[in-house]
Amino acid sequence: MAQFEKANSLHEWLDQRLAIDTLERVLAKEYWIPKNINFLWAMGMVLAFTFGILLVSGIFLLMYYQPNVNLAFDSVNYTIMREVEFGWLWRHVHAVAASVVFLIIYIHMFTGIYYGSYKKGREMIWISGMLLFVTFSAEAFSGYMLPWGQMSYWAGMVITNLFSIGSLELNGLVEWIRGDYVPGQAFLDRFFMLHVLLLPLAILGLIGLHFGALRIPHVNNQDGEEIDFEAEAAKYKAGNKKEAKVIAFKPDFLSKDMFVLSVFLIFFFYLVFWHYSFAMDPINFDPADPMKTPPHIYPEWYFLWSYEILRPFPKDPGLVAFGIAQVIFFLIPFLDRSPNVAPASRRGKFNIWFWVMLVDVIVLTVMGKLPPEGIFSTIGLVATVVFFALWISLPFITKNEKAV
Amino acid sequence: MAENSRRDFMGKVFGGWAALGGLGVLYAAKKTWDPLPSVKAAGFTTVDLSAAEPNVLNVEKWRGKPIFILKKTPDMEKSDRDVVVGKDRFLVAIGLCTHLGCIPAYRPDKKDFLCACHGGMFDTSGDNIKPPPPSPLVIPPFKVEGTKLVLGEEGPEYKKMKEAGLIA
Repeated sequence: MAQFEKANSLHEWLDQRLAIDTLERVLAKEYWIPKNINFLWAMGMVLAFTFGILLVSGIFLLMYYQPNVNLAFDSVNYTIMREVEFGWLWRHVHAVAASVVFLIIYIHMFTGIYYGSYKKGREMIWISGMLLFVTFSAEAFSGYMLPWGQMSYWAGMVITNLFSIGSLELNGLVEWIRGDYVPGQAFLDRFFMLHVLLLPLAILGLIGLHFGALRIPHVNNQDGEEIDFEAEAAKYKAGNKKEAKVIAFKPDFLSKDMFVLSVFLIFFFYLVFWHYSFAMDPINFDPADPMKTPPHIYPEWYFLWSYEILRPFPKDPGLVAFGIAQVIFFLIPFLDRSPNVAPASRRGKFNIWFWVMLVDVIVLTVMGKLPPEGIFSTIGLVATVVFFALWISLPFITKNEKAV
Repeated sequence: MAENSRRDFMGKVFGGWAALGGLGVLYAAKKTWDPLPSVKAAGFTTVDLSAAEPNVLNVEKWRGKPIFILKKTPDMEKSDRDVVVGKDRFLVAIGLCTHLGCIPAYRPDKKDFLCACHGGMFDTSGDNIKPPPPSPLVIPPFKVEGTKLVLGEEGPEYKKMKEAGLIA
């Protein structure tokens, strides 16, 4: 057994046994962040905190929620909303956070694309981030099933039907996923399990991977400058903080993070208390009815862009387009052939590519919400074609990019 | 070296044995997610057609799915997909759009079905007349017994349609 001296404080006692000082030094005090960044670099912390909010509010909802097709709707809309003290608060916090977390994810993603933070050793940061995006999407979808309203039921019907893969007619697979011919008790129970256990576990693991992926290549900066982190850290540690290009994660960067987080939380709680209804679809306040489709089915706003890509085509091409749209962002580190790590504004054609892509995704989102008729169908089709044209052109426009 | 190769061999044996156990777990997990026998045996639905009115859509429930039953008026186009009961012709079909499974709405004035989800349309024979649905409304297994229709049982008329490839 190792030699243990008598500890003089709880801190020392813990440090002897768990090396908490070493841990803090490696993970925070000597984890180096470039100085040359802006508030967009705080989105990771905002996301981590929002996930914490979802976890805590979810735990309280879990105490009264009933995963049963006859009880689920009332357990949410009566028990939690009317009987449980502050039940409404947890539900509104959970619903608003689930919606806002996607807004921040999209900002986080487009920040990464704008500054080229997915290449030259940062590929795994991007890929683990995309895995998080997919898992968050599954988490959002499974959670949307739980109130067992009309939108829950019909979104469940439509999305699970996608797994018949068009003309392949894999109805057996769809029935296996549902555990029934249509969404029913087995379906609700297993999506409940996915939502409260398996997917959150996967998310926690992936967050670990995402953070781990940052360690070696480090965070990018506003100019895409390659920084010698060891040399700059040495300057910082020698007290030459002014000249060092880096700051410590704790306490320097954290204090900036906390400021951005505070601004975000003011916005967040403003939504929770005054504008929560955007996250609660009125149609989902009708209990699930397998005999009646709502007149207009649409997903939550964060899935609209990919839903719009599904819509303008016949079934099979639509599914192929939809499938490609789901995974194409994974490939950006490999489709961007330019070695430049720089903001899009300095990358010529890529700058146009970036802004057209951003606007196109917004147009797709808006069209996905509007009924698929007349001019909206046409705009949706054009935006879809533009989306694919952009991805096809990406390797060509980046291949001959001038070095910056 | 000899020691090492023995260790490698033991490692492979352990690995193989564990993989076998893993396969067993996967199989059990797959079977656990299968529809339960009670769900599969959801039974049969019998519908009496004698009181049906022409051009009025009846929606029955069979295995959790809506079944469209529409008595055709003489001016509606005849189809080999019609279920003939006595002198009357009926559309009998699973009322789920073959695109992604929404329930299309019947419009008696226009005599067609319109799906609100993605704008697909079907005529009174259940044939798809406007995309995205790729195929006609599916005809469920049925058996004609006098003026009654048993859903879930394959009668001779259904089998004939199935052989002719008309059910979907």
